[in-house]
Amino acid sequence: MTVSSAAASNFRRVLDSGRFSFTAEIGPPMSGDAENVRKKARSLKGFVDAANITDNQTAIVRMSSIAAGYLAYTEGVEPIIQMTCRDRNRIALQSDLLGACALGLRNVLILSGDHQSFGNHPASKNVYDVDSIQLLDAVRGMADDGLFMGGSRLKTPIDIFPGATANPFADPRELQLIRLGKKIRAGAKFVQTQGIYDIAKFRDWMEAVRALGFHERARIIAGVVVNKTQKSMEMTALVPGMDIPESALRRMRDAKNKEEEGIGIALDLIGELKNIEGVAGVHVMAIGWESAVKTISELAGMLPRPSFDEKLEEGSWPETKQT
Amino acid sequence: MIVAERKNIDEILRMVEPYSNVAVVACGTCVAVSMAGGEAQALEIASLIRKKARAGGRDVEVTVTSVIRQCDMEFLDALDDRAEIYGAECVLSLGCGAGVQFMAEKYPYKIIVPGLDTTFIGVNRGLGFWTEMCQGCGDCVLEKTGGICPVSRCAKSHFNGPCGGSSGGRCEINADADCAWQLIYDRLKRINQTDRLLEINPARDWRASRDGGPRKLVRADVTVGDNDGE
Repeated sequence: MTVSSAAASNFRRVLDSGRFSFTAEIGPPMSGDAENVRKKARSLKGFVDAANITDNQTAIVRMSSIAAGYLAYTEGVEPIIQMTCRDRNRIALQSDLLGACALGLRNVLILSGDHQSFGNHPASKNVYDVDSIQLLDAVRGMADDGLFMGGSRLKTPIDIFPGATANPFADPRELQLIRLGKKIRAGAKFVQTQGIYDIAKFRDWMEAVRALGFHERARIIAGVVVNKTQKSMEMTALVPGMDIPESALRRMRDAKNKEEEGIGIALDLIGELKNIEGVAGVHVMAIGWESAVKTISELAGMLPRPSFDEKLEEGSWPETKQT
Repeated sequence: MIVAERKNIDEILRMVEPYSNVAVVACGTCVAVSMAGGEAQALEIASLIRKKARAGGRDVEVTVTSVIRQCDMEFLDALDDRAEIYGAECVLSLGCGAGVQFMAEKYPYKIIVPGLDTTFIGVNRGLGFWTEMCQGCGDCVLEKTGGICPVSRCAKSHFNGPCGGSSGGRCEINADADCAWQLIYDRLKRINQTDRLLEINPARDWRASRDGGPRKLVRADVTVGDNDGE
């Protein structure tokens, strides 16, 4: 049974068509307030191809990413459901994949998840029944082989477009690239990177990615964090795995209008990223400042976003093989 | 070995407070080596209990005795003819969790309370310094990972390399902790086995670990007679 084209991933079509993708992020609220999500989604509608819905990021309890993703979907913003391995075992993860699929949510970004010690429930048990590569492999199995992890058959294979994350600034590079290669082999079709501030370092990383041919097997999407204040940039610098060069911090420090400068830094980065071979799109992270996305999409020349009426072509993605 | 840590003394005093005859039983193996449940610690705890009782104007008999291993019935049987145990209303066991429970099995009508918190299976890295090395997960992967355990030493028990929070060889949750996958990588490089990193390690069967329920080991080769482990 195939899923109707109306329900297929728009985000995937953008990437498939070779157009430069433009995505953003919605952080679900620490409440059950649906309007909060709807409002954020409305502020992005028409300006992005899809929006990541974070999964209890920094291990702080928030509205579930699938519930929030569905709210965004009903507002006309296609969600990319983030799914971490921190809180759910393989039974819950597979169940949620089925649930996301049933709701028409087609994109899933698989992550390890920040350790619970960072959040507001440091006393919780950490699960990590599977790691992110094993979960990607599970998604591939449920979609391509029609099999659950436990080996039983799905009546209908899931239709999910799976993605993974990569940190171009983490050490040791060889090991990080090996891991990225495994994520792609396990089925990741797109890769969102950690927020980039250091273009030279990122260029260097992309060169290594191209040498390995990863950009031909998965779409590499460069992450751009937008900072509203100097403090927000300083806080971003403290996030595990973030690498902000002194020059960027100084630029923000010296700026009279921090908001303008924050957007200016993001636009300069996007301008550079667009021209790096193998970069298939940018992913803008403006958590708590969703309105900046509209401005950036306009000023970065990202509008209008493509729309697709034609049916998604079958087999446009190479088959992934498990090793 | 099993590493343990003495419970907060106030907690111990609270547990033994209702009883007028307390036997503190040391264990001479793992917890003695980790300086938590040996005879020296038993004597110290006993004196603290006496002091507290005196301060409260109570008359308490506190005795100290020791066995080689509380997790072994053969050694526990040696307690049978000791007056300390015979007269005790409450036994404060300084064994690990296994020792305390075996003591409770051995003396079904006595109050048995724990004096230690059993922390982990680990190694001694210096005076008063131990680190966790094994979780007893029941399916050892050390052959694949250069002799460094990803289950117990990676904060997320990752099987396929480091998470994005690994930075400068350190774990994201604690800058004092090594990233296990950095250690694995460094070691595999030294022994020319970095190709092992390319393997996708499939999802684990956690039944071998605690997740399959309490574990039991019966070895036919060393079983005598009708022993089915029950």
